Amino acid sequence: MLKYVGKRVLLFIPTLLIISVLIFFIIQLPPGDYVTSYVAAMAAEGEIFTPEQIEGLRAQFGLDDPWYVQYFNWMKGIITRGDFGYSFEYGRGVWSVIMDRLYLTLAVSFVILVFQYVVSLPIGIYCANHQYSVGDYALSFIGFIGTATPNFLLAIIIMYIIYIRTGNVYLGLFSTEMLQNGMRWEYVPEFLGRCLIPILVIGTSGTCGIIRTVRAQMLDEQARQYTLTARAKGCSEAAITYKYCLRAALNPVVSGLAGSLRTIFSGSTVSAIVMNLAIQGPVLLAALKSQDMYLAGTIVLIQAVLVLVGTLLSDIALAWLDPRIRFSERG
Amino acid sequence: MALFKKKKATDESYYLASQWALMWRKLKKHKLARFSLAILSVLYVLSLFADFFAPYGLEEFSSVYKNTAPTRVYWQDEEGRLSRPYVYKLKKVNDRKTFTVVISEDTSQKYYVAFFVPGVEYRLLGFIPCSTHFYGLVNEDGVPDRSARLNIFGADSNGGCIYSRILFGGRVSLTIPFVAAAISFVLGILLGGLSGYFGGWVDNVIQRLIEVLSAIPSIPLWMALSAAIPPGIPVAAMYLYITIILSFIGWTGLARVVRGKFISLRNEDYVMAARLAGVSDFKIILKHMVPGFLSYLIVSLTLGIPGSILGETSMSYLGLGMKAPATSWGVLLKETEDLVSVAQCPWKMIPLIFVVITVLAFNFLGDGMRDAADPYK
Repeated sequence: MLKYVGKRVLLFIPTLLIISVLIFFIIQLPPGDYVTSYVAAMAAEGEIFTPEQIEGLRAQFGLDDPWYVQYFNWMKGIITRGDFGYSFEYGRGVWSVIMDRLYLTLAVSFVILVFQYVVSLPIGIYCANHQYSVGDYALSFIGFIGTATPNFLLAIIIMYIIYIRTGNVYLGLFSTEMLQNGMRWEYVPEFLGRCLIPILVIGTSGTCGIIRTVRAQMLDEQARQYTLTARAKGCSEAAITYKYCLRAALNPVVSGLAGSLRTIFSGSTVSAIVMNLAIQGPVLLAALKSQDMYLAGTIVLIQAVLVLVGTLLSDIALAWLDPRIRFSERG
Repeated sequence: MALFKKKKATDESYYLASQWALMWRKLKKHKLARFSLAILSVLYVLSLFADFFAPYGLEEFSSVYKNTAPTRVYWQDEEGRLSRPYVYKLKKVNDRKTFTVVISEDTSQKYYVAFFVPGVEYRLLGFIPCSTHFYGLVNEDGVPDRSARLNIFGADSNGGCIYSRILFGGRVSLTIPFVAAAISFVLGILLGGLSGYFGGWVDNVIQRLIEVLSAIPSIPLWMALSAAIPPGIPVAAMYLYITIILSFIGWTGLARVVRGKFISLRNEDYVMAARLAGVSDFKIILKHMVPGFLSYLIVSLTLGIPGSILGETSMSYLGLGMKAPATSWGVLLKETEDLVSVAQCPWKMIPLIFVVITVLAFNFLGDGMRDAADPYK
C-alpha cells in the first residue's frame, strides 16, 4: 500500500509540470496580449497610445519574450521565491489578488463536494433498495431534470422563484448590511439561506450523476452471487447493503471524485457570474478576457493542482477500497 | 396445435435473429425509450423543415414587437360568439400623460390565423424553392398580411419570433452534438484502443495525456480555443470549429471506457487465436475486438450528446460560442442572462424547455439502449 502511494505521489510532480506548460501555452494562445487588450480598452475610453508607448508597455511587462521564456521566468519565480507573478489588471502581485477570494472559493467548493456525497449516497441506496417504488420514480425524475438543466439557468430560475415569493433578490453570499456591519448573529439565517442557492445550483448536476451511478451499481451488485450467498447464510439486510454491496458499488463513485471537482470548478464559474458570488470563477474569466496571463495562469494552475490532488486521493481511496487494485499494482 | 406452432416459430426467429435485431426488439419494449425516440424525431423534423414550420424567417423582425409577450389569440368575437381564431396587430401609442411609448393592441382590424399561407421565400431542404409556411396570418379579405405578427412564444429583444428562432436554432443545437460526439468517438476509440491493446509505455503516455487534459478546467480551454477562431468567418464554419472544440474535451471519458474494455478483452481466447493466426493488430482491433463492445460505445455516445448540448449552451452564454445573428438554443438563452430580463420577459425561458426535453429524451434513449445493449442477458 505504502509503495503504491509513493509511486503515485512521485508521478504527481512530472504531471504537474506538463500541466503547467500546457496551461501557459493555452493561455497565451489567443492572438494579442494584455497590452493589446489594454490599449483597445483605453481607446474605447478615448485615450490613444502612440506605437512607442505601446512598445514601452510591452517591454515593461516582459511581453516581448517568446512564450517559453516567459513561462520559464514565471516558473522560476514560483519555485525559487514563491512569486506567482504580477497581475496587470489589479496592479499588484497575483498571490494577493488570489488570496482575496481563495478561502471563500475553497470553502464553497468543499461544501458543495460534501453536499453532493451526503445527499446522493443515501438517495442512491434508497432508490436501489426500493426499485420501481413511488419514491424511486420521484427521486429519479428530479435527478434527471437536475442533470438536464444548465446550471446557470437553474440559478436564474431559483432566484426568480425566490424573488416572486419573497420580493428579495438574493445576489451573492453577503447582503449589503452584512458587508457594512460585519457578521452578526442575527444575519446567520439569511446567510445560510443565501448559501443554499449556490450549493443547490452548483451541486445539483453532480448530485444527480452520483445518484444514478450508485443506483445502477447497487442494482448490479444485488444481483450477484455473493449477495445471494450472504443472504443464504443469514446476514442482515443492513449488513448486505452496507458491508457487501455498497463497498463494491462505491468504486466508480470514488473514481469520479476528480471529475466532480473539475465540474464544480467549471460549473461554478458561469453560475458564480449569474449569482454574483465573490469566488474565483468570475475573476478567472475576466483575467482570461483581458489576457492578464499570470493571474489567469495561476488560478487555472491552482484548480488543476486541486483536481490532481483529487485524482490522487481517489486513486488511494480506490486502492484501499478494492484490494485487487493494490495487488495488481504490486505484482 | 396452432398455438404451439406459433410459439415455436417466434422462438426460432428469436434464436436466429442477429444481435442488432435482438437489440432493436428489446429497445422497442422500453416504453420510455420509444417515447423519447418519437419526441426526438419530431424535434429533428421540425428543425429540418424549420423554414416551413416557422412562420417567420431569421431576418424578419419588427421593432414594435420588441420584447413583447406571446401574442394573444382570441377565440370569441365582440359578442362572445365562438369565432375563427384571430389576433390584433400591436401598435405604438404615445401616452400623453407620461410621455412614454406604450405598446397596445390595435383593435380596428382582425387578423385570422390560417394554415399553409405564403410568406418569406426559402429553399426547402436547401434546393426546392418554396414560400408556403405552416401557419400565418390573413386579413379579413383572406389575403396574407405580414404586418401583424403571431409570436406564439413571444418575441426577443429584436422583435423576432422566439418560436421560429427555436426551430432554426435547433438546426445548430441538435446537430453540433452529433458531430462532436462522432469526433470524440473516433478519438476515444483510437486512443483508448491503442492504450488498452498495447499497454506498456503507450498506455502510460496516453493515460498521462488524459489525466493532464482532464485536470485543466474547461473554461480556459474553451476560451483559448474559441479565441483561435478567426472573427468574421461564415456561420457554418464557425459551427464546425465549435464542434471540434467540444470534441477535443469530450473524448477522454470514452477513451477510459474503451481502454478498460480492451484490457478485459485482450486476454480472451478468440483474440489470442486471431493473433496466433497472424492477423494484423489493426484488423484484430477493428474486426475482432470493437464489435465485442460496440453496443456499449453507442450507449455512451447517446449519453454523451446531452453533455455537448449543455456545453454549447454554456459556451454561447459566455459569448464564446455562436453569436447573434446566428441562432442556436444557447444564443437564445443568452437573453435570459440576468434576473431582470427573466422577471420582465419570462417567456424568454421557453427555449430552456426545449433544451431540457431534448437532454432528457437523449438520456432516456441512452438508458433504454443500455438495457438493450446486451440482448443475450
